[in-house]
Amino acid sequence: MATATKTLARAPKRNGKTKLEGSEIAFKIFSYLFVTIFALMCLYPLIFVFSCAVSDGQAVLDGRITFLAVGWQWIAFRNVIMSKTFWIAYANTFFVTLFGTIYCMGLSILGAYALSKKRLVGHDLFNFLLIFTMWFSAGVVPMHLNYQSTWVVLSKMGFTDQKWLIVLAMGMSAFNVILLRNAFDSVPIEIEEAAQVDGANDFQIMSKIYVPMSKATVATVALFYGISRWNGYFWAMQEVSNVYDQPLQVVIKTNIDVINETISDTGLTLNADGIAPQSEIYAMIVCAIIPILIIYPFIQKYFAAGVNLGGVKE
Amino acid sequence: MSVRSLPKATEEDVQRLERGYWKEKFHDIGRDWRLYLLFLPLFFFLVCWKYFPIASMVVSFKDYKADASFGGGTFTSNFIGFNSFLYLFNLPAFWNAFRNSFMLSFYGLLFGFPFPIILALAFSEIRLKGYRAVSQVLCYLPKFISLVVMTSILGLLFQTSNPNTGLPAGPLAKIFEAMGQRDLLSNPRAFRSLYTVSGIWTDAGYGSIVYFAAILGISPTNYEAARIDGASKMQQMRYVTIPGMAPTLIIMLILKMGQLLTVGYEKVYLMQGLGTGGATWETSQTISTYVINVVMTNSQINQGIGAAADMFNSLLSMLLVLGSNKIAKKVSNTSLF
Repeated sequence: MATATKTLARAPKRNGKTKLEGSEIAFKIFSYLFVTIFALMCLYPLIFVFSCAVSDGQAVLDGRITFLAVGWQWIAFRNVIMSKTFWIAYANTFFVTLFGTIYCMGLSILGAYALSKKRLVGHDLFNFLLIFTMWFSAGVVPMHLNYQSTWVVLSKMGFTDQKWLIVLAMGMSAFNVILLRNAFDSVPIEIEEAAQVDGANDFQIMSKIYVPMSKATVATVALFYGISRWNGYFWAMQEVSNVYDQPLQVVIKTNIDVINETISDTGLTLNADGIAPQSEIYAMIVCAIIPILIIYPFIQKYFAAGVNLGGVKE
Repeated sequence: MSVRSLPKATEEDVQRLERGYWKEKFHDIGRDWRLYLLFLPLFFFLVCWKYFPIASMVVSFKDYKADASFGGGTFTSNFIGFNSFLYLFNLPAFWNAFRNSFMLSFYGLLFGFPFPIILALAFSEIRLKGYRAVSQVLCYLPKFISLVVMTSILGLLFQTSNPNTGLPAGPLAKIFEAMGQRDLLSNPRAFRSLYTVSGIWTDAGYGSIVYFAAILGISPTNYEAARIDGASKMQQMRYVTIPGMAPTLIIMLILKMGQLLTVGYEKVYLMQGLGTGGATWETSQTISTYVINVVMTNSQINQGIGAAADMFNSLLSMLLVLGSNKIAKKVSNTSLF
């Protein structure tokens, strides 16, 4: 892709100078405008939320903030960061993300490696079993019944921590397994044969050769799993009844609803510490986005690899 | 041809021929036992978490009772035939939900499909490397923000002013209030627009990656030739770019059409929560959210009815996916499955 970019960038230049026609210039201007406006649109809500979180209480009450912060205070952030429930929720989300990703990657890498071997007896059947789950999914009610029965089994096994239910149940997505399978498939078979001659078994070939050779795809899939765990909301809301096991997204949603309800009940006044009650909502939202923003620059280069249309064919 | 030039059968080939078909299969299974061991966890997960729920969809034909001690439970409740389906089919709310599911994804397709393409075209036109990289990173960003945060931000931007509590209007709500549109979040007529526009906001940047890659794959010599022939930019796009990315366009369009009934329930559910309770249901209730909002929260309604609605939805969307895939195979010789 990098080389393609280079040649494309050089294309309209002839004899060292660029000669553009009127329509081309018009389109170029349109492109710059369009991209810039869209990028700013993507950024604007985040800046707005941050500005409201750090703005002076009275300015928030009057609704004077449309873009940049008015006044400056960190009290809303301090209140959020000092609250114990927030950290419990954060730890829960971290727990679910970490163990959920490890668990899913384990399932997916092992399974995808086996599925990438066409010599496996029953290869077609197993692939069909996987792909069928992309076509036909059980709806909300059957999944809910499944969560409940799994929790019965887990609590009989001695689990008291509902986070494990979310970790175990969310599991893999067929699309990610197929991405991995296709990556393993593209490793030349001669390499496997050479390793076999050297006396390596399937476990060793997978962990020492295939996984390192498909590093980019493995990273992409891990990223997809991690982000979907970090952002997961609905099933955690539906199935985790214990408040101390709820992940961040659920807690944020609950807190926002509580604050909104208080505002509509008692009217809008400054809190005792001089901030607007909404500022805490904004601060919470910012705190939920920050981890994503921190890792985002490091991971965004893997996206392109993840969305190729490689196809699920088999 | 002399006998000597024929490839010699190895010892293993001879053994292979001597064993029967099944014996050979069993031999292969025994040889690959490590691979089966590797597949086992995934298989276990598929059975427990994908196929077991599909099997428990059988409750849609049953008079479901949760209490197993009174003859209840998923698999032991009594069969009642198609009663749940008949109940649903006679319910106007269900058909309304069905229409809404379709309309939401139809609008998503109509407006959401061209947008990433235009964005990709614009990206490909930007030659300043750093500028393009930064704007691309910014455009992909909303995709990675959770739906809870995304809908909360939407709620804050469109927050309606309330003179009783002194709540100020959000920045976007201010614009609409100036035009006389109040309380968009509880307005059923605004729901589809909000859903579609916020969908473009989250997905367009990320969706443009596929098309951008397709545009980069077009050979620059094609443009060169078109320019020498005096093609304007519009003509270059019409005769070089669009044909060059046609396979990608066609397969993406067909795949999107296959998903016309699979609306993400999480986003709809969260966006419904922004308005005053149930205010937007008229246009926002999809089949999945109907199950979540009406069936699952009401103990008077049999859960079998919810499962029936899910089954109806899943079956139809499977038919759409398979049908669109078949068309993709016919049209462009590319298919996903």
